[in-house]
Amino acid sequence: MTTHGATTAHVHKAPEGFIWKYVFSQDHKVIGIQYFCLALFAVFLGMTLSVLMRMRLAWPGVKIPFMSSDFTPEMYLALLTMHGTIMVFMVLTTAPQSGFGNYFLPIQIGAADMAFPVLNMLSFWTTFVSLMVLIAAFFVEGGAPIGGWTAYPPLSALGSIAGPGQGAGMTLWIISIAIFCAASLMGAINFITTTIDLRARGLSLMRLPLTVWAWFVTAILSLLAFGVLLAAGILLLLDRVAGTSFFIPGGLVVSGVVQSQHTGGSPLLWQHLFWFFGHPEVYIAILPGMGVASHVLATFARKPVFGYRAMVYAICGIGFLGFMVWGHHMFISGMSPYSAFAFSIMTMAIGVPSAIKTFNWLGTLWGGQIRLTTAMLFALGFVSLFISGGLSGLFLAQPALDLPLHDTYFVVAHFHLIMGVAAIFGIFTATYYWFPKMYGRMMSEGLGKLHFAITLPGVYLIFMPMHFLGMAGHPRRYADLTGVAYLKDLLPVQQFITWVAFATIAAQFIFLFNFLWSLKFGQRAEINPWRATTLEWTIPSPPPWDNFAGHEPIVYHGPYEYSVPGHAEDFIPQNQDPASVARSLASGVPGGVPGNDARLKR
Amino acid sequence: MSFSGADTMRKRNSSRVSKRGSARGSERGPERIAERGSALVATLLSLFLLVFVGLTLYFFIGKQMWFPAPINAFGRDLDRQFTRTFIITGIVFFLSQVALAWVIFRYRENGGRAASFEGNNTMEIVWTTAALVMFVGLGLAAEHSWAEMHFRGASEGALKVEVTGKQFNWLFRYAGPDAQLGRIDPRQITESNVLGVDEKDSSGKDDIVTGSLAVPVNREVELTLRAQDVTHSFFVRELRLKQDAVPGMAIKVHFIAEQTGKYELACAELCGLGHHRMRADVLVMSQPEFDAWLVQQKAEQ
Repeated sequence: MTTHGATTAHVHKAPEGFIWKYVFSQDHKVIGIQYFCLALFAVFLGMTLSVLMRMRLAWPGVKIPFMSSDFTPEMYLALLTMHGTIMVFMVLTTAPQSGFGNYFLPIQIGAADMAFPVLNMLSFWTTFVSLMVLIAAFFVEGGAPIGGWTAYPPLSALGSIAGPGQGAGMTLWIISIAIFCAASLMGAINFITTTIDLRARGLSLMRLPLTVWAWFVTAILSLLAFGVLLAAGILLLLDRVAGTSFFIPGGLVVSGVVQSQHTGGSPLLWQHLFWFFGHPEVYIAILPGMGVASHVLATFARKPVFGYRAMVYAICGIGFLGFMVWGHHMFISGMSPYSAFAFSIMTMAIGVPSAIKTFNWLGTLWGGQIRLTTAMLFALGFVSLFISGGLSGLFLAQPALDLPLHDTYFVVAHFHLIMGVAAIFGIFTATYYWFPKMYGRMMSEGLGKLHFAITLPGVYLIFMPMHFLGMAGHPRRYADLTGVAYLKDLLPVQQFITWVAFATIAAQFIFLFNFLWSLKFGQRAEINPWRATTLEWTIPSPPPWDNFAGHEPIVYHGPYEYSVPGHAEDFIPQNQDPASVARSLASGVPGGVPGNDARLKR
Repeated sequence: MSFSGADTMRKRNSSRVSKRGSARGSERGPERIAERGSALVATLLSLFLLVFVGLTLYFFIGKQMWFPAPINAFGRDLDRQFTRTFIITGIVFFLSQVALAWVIFRYRENGGRAASFEGNNTMEIVWTTAALVMFVGLGLAAEHSWAEMHFRGASEGALKVEVTGKQFNWLFRYAGPDAQLGRIDPRQITESNVLGVDEKDSSGKDDIVTGSLAVPVNREVELTLRAQDVTHSFFVRELRLKQDAVPGMAIKVHFIAEQTGKYELACAELCGLGHHRMRADVLVMSQPEFDAWLVQQKAEQ
């Protein structure tokens, strides 16, 4: 238990002037919103790219709207690369962690700000530069890179001789990712320090909301993973511009030209380094979603999180195991088949903490009073998607079964459900849940439910059929289905998916409208509209710039004290004075069930 | 710990809630509506999840779209392992999604008070152990197929074929009568010597380079996979076989095709703008047909 919690002596004064308040702000809340806006822009950009890709898959002769040139296979691959990169780095890494984490981690632990506000500001603006550099890749000669977001060398290392987009576009891509790594490292250090040092008095580790646990462990993963990607990116850049050969073996002949300047490199080295980052990255994207889902499920089931400690251990277990399974991306890479065995068993084992989380979510709902707000609907959708997307991982984790399934649409289905859509559902959950706190207004529940009602069936109809495409042998990253004869039979499925994608993407504009409209016209939000327990719901909506207005909150309760037997209200805020709780319990308001009270045993 | 406690609680609390409701009379209407709305949404969401589970299982069990039939023992082994994995994951999928639908419907808000239990260590231990045994057991069950493919090499009499991937086609090299492949020298690559077989190496003189992969039926074939420029991947779905061809490496795989016919090899590792059309025919034929094919290929070369 920390004793030097949030200090009342602020490290920085209230900022003045537009620039310092909203642009180069050091306020974690403004920075959180900046990250959120960056991710919102990026997600609509990434989504637009995916629509264009879907169109070419379904109708190979199609033209890009408003563009005169043909829609070539290399343009498809450029869209594919940028879609993956934008979604993984600029959306799934920024929104849940840097966006909502930045905004709510300090508040939930009772701090006035992050530990290093200047570093926080730098981290955002570095990320912003990274996004700009990435987008610039579209506009240089040859266009955006075509090597996929995994950027396997030698394709990514040889320059424009390997394909259009592999010249200047690829170089910008690497620089962008390197900048992004630096930004993420800054953010990670900040999150870790803040969680360890700035917790309010009484806020022991086992009283942290699961959101904070998730952000904390995610930050540790970021710290360990992004450093490796940064190193790998620099090596790849050197191979391209300085004539080194870290990833390029000798004797290559590309487009009839012998690459005599290179010798002795290993393409597999990149894959090891990349996936040493890449697999933890999956958990960087999904852990905050798990935290938010747990948090929201408890709030709207009006029940304590089932097995809180088990949930904490599961988060840590997933984070720990997440670093030992990268090889399962490389079963067919030419890596030693003996190490595949070890990676496989570790990967199957990661199913265990995942199963613990799922069962505990069900346990949290069991016996609850489930109020289906939009936030709750998306949290429930998250659980369903996590189950569906997680189970297909048990096929892919077996090296033998990976032989037919690797690099097919089965994999596309798997990672979109678990890492893409589930994480996005986590972001939606967080948005609908915290919008009132962030902007002081409620979002429209009607529009929110409509958004959910189209999105959940939509994503299932898009991604479930892809399993069958993969089983039928449809490789991923194919610009169209005209090359390989057996793919022609699968075209109707691709067309069906494209139609559903149109509808699902249209529904996202309902969300965008709801978001923008509610900013201005939403019903005014109270301090605690969801009647929730954690500290952010004890301060005004939106919170003042120093969060607790100079007070230091003291925490007396666990994060999820809902429906405590004998207590009049069905929730106890974490900072509620124990004397008033005792009075309430003594007044004998009915509500408890004898023998059902785990709290008494504590 | 009893889960049925929630029912008693609900009954006991209904009186309290209505009292609170009347104390704030103006809010009673909207609260009721919210409750009814909740019931409708809960019912719809539960139904959706049930339909989703039903459809998914229908498509998987009915095998509406499926793997093509395997043409080797290894493929049949894998299909059995796929089925085992599907049975276990299918049961987990069914139970957990239906449980989710059930709790959403059963425990929808009705104005009562929620139960307050916070966990159950016995249950945690039970499902952790069950998951561990199931998942790791499944992983272990698949290992013999993997070992069969990768821990043991091909047998002595296997037909050896070298497979080379390049942007954007596949080349196959057979050793010819001397059963020896000639050395490769990248600097000697020309239009007529696409692989760069070393002119000075006599064992390369009778090598046969083809654009299709022909193999005799029921005979073991050992492939050595190479790549000239970037990483490609050798994928024949009927063989359930996929292996990257990596520049600078020579990776061996083996198989026995048991059914004659024409199949397709598709590149499965993104290799550039022509990735989607990087294919080749795979022809499985009788030994005499194969011998004749090889002679014909040599003549055409």
